[in-house]
Amino acid sequence: MLSINVVALAYLIASVFIILALKGLSSPESARRGNLLGMVGMALAIGVTLQLDEVRNYGWIFAALAVGGVIGGVVARRISMTAMPQLIAFMHSLVGLAAVLIAISAMLNPEGYGIADAAGGLPVANRIELFLGSFIGMITFSASLIAFGKLQGMISGRPLVFAGQHPLNLMLGAVMIGAGLFFCSSGAGAPFFLMLAIALVLGVLLIVPIGGADMPVIVSMLNSYSGWAAAGIGFTLNNTMLIIAGALVGSSGAILSYIMCKAMNRSLIHVLLGGFGGDAPAAAGAKSAVDRPVKAGSAEDAAFLLKNARSVLVVPGYGLAVARAQHALKEMVDLLLKQGVKVRFAIHPVAGRMPGHMNVLLAEADVPYDLVHEMDEINSEFADTDVALVIGANDVTNPAAKTDPTSPIYGMPVLDVDRAQHLLFIKRSLSPGYAGLDNDLFYRDNTMMIFSDAKKACELLVQALD
Amino acid sequence: MTSMAETITQTVGAHAAVDPFIFSFTVFVLAVLVGYHVVWNVTPALHTPLMSLTNAISSIIIVGAILAAAPLDMNTPTVLGLVAVGLAGVNIFGGFLVTRRMLAMFRKRDGGK
Repeated sequence: MLSINVVALAYLIASVFIILALKGLSSPESARRGNLLGMVGMALAIGVTLQLDEVRNYGWIFAALAVGGVIGGVVARRISMTAMPQLIAFMHSLVGLAAVLIAISAMLNPEGYGIADAAGGLPVANRIELFLGSFIGMITFSASLIAFGKLQGMISGRPLVFAGQHPLNLMLGAVMIGAGLFFCSSGAGAPFFLMLAIALVLGVLLIVPIGGADMPVIVSMLNSYSGWAAAGIGFTLNNTMLIIAGALVGSSGAILSYIMCKAMNRSLIHVLLGGFGGDAPAAAGAKSAVDRPVKAGSAEDAAFLLKNARSVLVVPGYGLAVARAQHALKEMVDLLLKQGVKVRFAIHPVAGRMPGHMNVLLAEADVPYDLVHEMDEINSEFADTDVALVIGANDVTNPAAKTDPTSPIYGMPVLDVDRAQHLLFIKRSLSPGYAGLDNDLFYRDNTMMIFSDAKKACELLVQALD
Repeated sequence: MTSMAETITQTVGAHAAVDPFIFSFTVFVLAVLVGYHVVWNVTPALHTPLMSLTNAISSIIIVGAILAAAPLDMNTPTVLGLVAVGLAGVNIFGGFLVTRRMLAMFRKRDGGK
């Protein structure tokens, strides 16, 4: 029907729409329109593909799309915002699996894509691209499933480390690449499927040693992989639409991984080697935890302090989300705002379990986004703040990151809550955070600890302020 | 003069016959650069919607899936393609809709959007 040039131009337009969709995310005002542009671009790309002459299997294609669409739509409506990291990880695995299935299909039937050589086989160049696209896709699939299991709590979040782990991975990696190269030169099926089987196992082995604390990096990294897998398939099929969209997603995920690594002061290699966030560091951190006096206060004491403050900075952490305290917190903040207290939020980049997670959780609780500030933007203002209220966070406030070179988190950028006049910690107990570290701030004279579940504490504060 | 004309024809001919891989690779590198610059401009507050949106976008792989599922005869390659269409479909609808749901929550203080 449409000439091949018109199709290529339509793909170009769809690509521009997708770039504009990403550009829209530069501010919340333009983001909604951006998402809409993305939908239009996607619809255009699918529509143009469906009208191609070789597409004949309409009934089944629409049926598959409808089933997938309904499942996706229902999940998108029902999923809770706290479960967003799992959902994203799960969706990455679907992209990876789809890439693998397409690669196998292309491998079995190259004529279907117009990429077969004279003998009906797959040309060498396409074999190389197929190899790259399918092994990245397969690793994305199995690694994302494990990440999903860890985030969902189906698999222990603790890192699984065993002797000879890294040599084993290296060996498997070498065999996988060897099988892949053999496939590239021979075009035979057996090494191709061997390569896929090893990639499947390797994806699992790469993620099991990585602890819960490092999941934001892993989810971002898998985001990147899913893009590269799509681009790899695009190379095989000589399809610019897939290449462009895949490259955009790949670089986006890579940037997010970089930002997360920097926010935790960990190198990507370090994260991938794994083992962080296990039991070992807890013993090291416990040395200073014994017998130091803390000042515990009641909700009434805290309410008094907050009411009489001019400015309050709230530092929410993942403990807030676990306790589902966002709505109670928002109510408390509203009361304070009504009494003329200047309240704002300070967000550490790794406050949630994925990049930007805490912003979404606060937005869900109707906290206006102009009250919510990023660490770099607000860190200098702690010095002018009367009360820093830390809820369910620990490591991201720990001054040891600035002062103690022996600390495992030394060098990690932290929120300067210690500069505020008064410190309020809402915490279940003195137990250490993800990194297994004690926090000196708990024992300061100007610190008050409220030992309680975050939600209950916020509700009590609301009563006390009312 | 004729030799010059020949040279030009040869050069143009060489351009027309550029290896498809080089062409694809050019597009790829430029797209990575565009992605790099666009994504650094995304506000950190919207990094989660960015991930769900890119998730939907990487499901553009459905284009390949549709081609795999295209023929009428239902052999293994076609069935694999259909499954891939379904998987990508979950992501396309799920990704865009969950992004929309999240973005709808971001409001300013005065209650506006």
